[in-house]
Amino acid sequence: MEYVIKTDKLTKRFGDFVATNEITFEVEKGEIFGFLGANGAGKTTAMRMLCGLSMPSSGTATVAGFDVYKQTEEIKRNIGYMSQRFSLYEDLTVQENIRFFGGIYGLSNQEIKTKSEDLLEQLGLKNEAKKLVASLPLGWKQKLSFSVAVLHQPKIVFLDEPTGGVDPVTRRQFWDLIYEASAKGITVFVTTHYMDEAEYCNRISIMVDGKIEALDTPANLKSQFKVNSMDEVFFELARGAKRSD
Amino acid sequence: MEQFINFVKKEFAHVWRDKKTLLILFGMPVIQILIFGFALTNEVKNSEIIVLDQAKDQASQQIIGRIAASRYFHIQSSVMNKEKIEEAFKQGKIKMAIVFPAGFNETLLHQGKAQIQILADASDPNTASMLTNYVSSIIQDYLNSIDKTAVIPYSIVPEVRMLYNPQLKGAPNFVPGVMALVLMLVCVMMTAISIVKEKETGTMEVLLVSPFSPLLVILSKAVPYLILSLINVASILLLSIYVLDLPVNGSIVLLFAESTLFIITCLSLGIFISVKTDSQQMAMLISLMGMFLPTVLFSGFMFPIENMPYPLQLISNLVPAKWFYIIVKSIMIKGVGFSAIWKETLILGSITVVLLAVSLKSFKIRLA
Repeated sequence: MEYVIKTDKLTKRFGDFVATNEITFEVEKGEIFGFLGANGAGKTTAMRMLCGLSMPSSGTATVAGFDVYKQTEEIKRNIGYMSQRFSLYEDLTVQENIRFFGGIYGLSNQEIKTKSEDLLEQLGLKNEAKKLVASLPLGWKQKLSFSVAVLHQPKIVFLDEPTGGVDPVTRRQFWDLIYEASAKGITVFVTTHYMDEAEYCNRISIMVDGKIEALDTPANLKSQFKVNSMDEVFFELARGAKRSD
Repeated sequence: MEQFINFVKKEFAHVWRDKKTLLILFGMPVIQILIFGFALTNEVKNSEIIVLDQAKDQASQQIIGRIAASRYFHIQSSVMNKEKIEEAFKQGKIKMAIVFPAGFNETLLHQGKAQIQILADASDPNTASMLTNYVSSIIQDYLNSIDKTAVIPYSIVPEVRMLYNPQLKGAPNFVPGVMALVLMLVCVMMTAISIVKEKETGTMEVLLVSPFSPLLVILSKAVPYLILSLINVASILLLSIYVLDLPVNGSIVLLFAESTLFIITCLSLGIFISVKTDSQQMAMLISLMGMFLPTVLFSGFMFPIENMPYPLQLISNLVPAKWFYIIVKSIMIKGVGFSAIWKETLILGSITVVLLAVSLKSFKIRLA
């Protein structure tokens, strides 16, 4: 089995506060990995370390085969990222956004041209290519944002609560895009607060107070906790949490 | 390099699409130059005065003629009694009154000494002292002209020459000041806001996760504002040359080189503010309070630094605008070359290096 993310006792401390406490897990290639946890459980900190934005305090981790301590530049070249806050430029057109983000990931003009045509075709945004992103409905913005994040065909794409504030239908469509990316071999690492989305993942981990308390497929977790839904699994675990914001 | 150009293009698109920013960017220098040039002048022109001539002789008439001919004064009316004068002062109709006593010429010729009473409205002390100075010099002029024949053994005639600005125009003083002010505002505020804006909308995070180096992010944010600011310098100079009749006496190339240095100083400050703040409002507030006030107070363009208490004089040395103001004034008005301003340039350069180092360092810290 090929692992694209591998961590061993990865820890981040801010003074006395242990944001992420010795987390150990692996993510397989092409997997959709759900990274769950209540607010303040340490998800974002863990994700920032994996993206090369934050230096771990101890433990080891590799992302796409690169070390998070020494090879952050290589990591950055091999990942895509979409944050919970919508992250395209509202005052640029759809096409300009694609060109810009393709550019900063080092795609050549020719590559950007063919890829953006494919992408616009695929999303059905051909007629909107010259419109400002600000004029698009939120659902389309999110889909565009995701497509831009995987434009350079990264090995892994990190999605930080990508569907916040989006209606269920659009969320479902958004997940179709995620499945497509996964089918192309892109590993998806996603955090979410929606338990229906957790069910869509191949495997999920649930963080409580900086530690990973559960890690398995949604079906196994449900039978392990003898409950019927992920909601209940999450509630069982999160109930014991001491931290919250 | 292609990535960098790509980024700079995007930055220009931001500025271009935002009409409000565009207006501030290019409207502000024009408005400031016009306001400072035409409205906020401390020259005194056509001040209303009253003359009470109780002598009505040759000497008094000649002096009045000279005063009337000067563009500083406008003789409102000649009144016949002192009460009228006080009334006019109280109503704010006049700034000054001149009273010639009866038999003025007689006294002057026979005793060699005569008196003129000059009354000025000192509720505005600057104007009052300026007006009395003007009148005194007109009277002195008159005395010199009739004195040619008389033989006075000792007389000192001070010959005053106003160097570099013989007409005592206000423009030479404020054009460099406005330049410092506008660059400070445009560069510091615009850079700070444009970076903080990306933090607010979350795009900064995406940029930092990308392989594009953080240093290049900052650099490509700064380059567009450097170019826009240079355009501003050019427009201020054009206005000053063609609208205010103030030519650039020194080298234009040197002036632009020094402006570039100052712009880099401002950009570093803007970056520093953007690292320390998280919202656009905060960035704007700090830029305004932190940059605008010290620039106005300590650059020496509104308030002479020599008159300040010593501790404040020391503080003024830390304000980059002060050095830039001195440099621009020297090049534009005195027309000096680099050899005369290398010290100021060195100080400004050092401030820039320190600011740049500090702001880049704190930007890196934010990443860890």
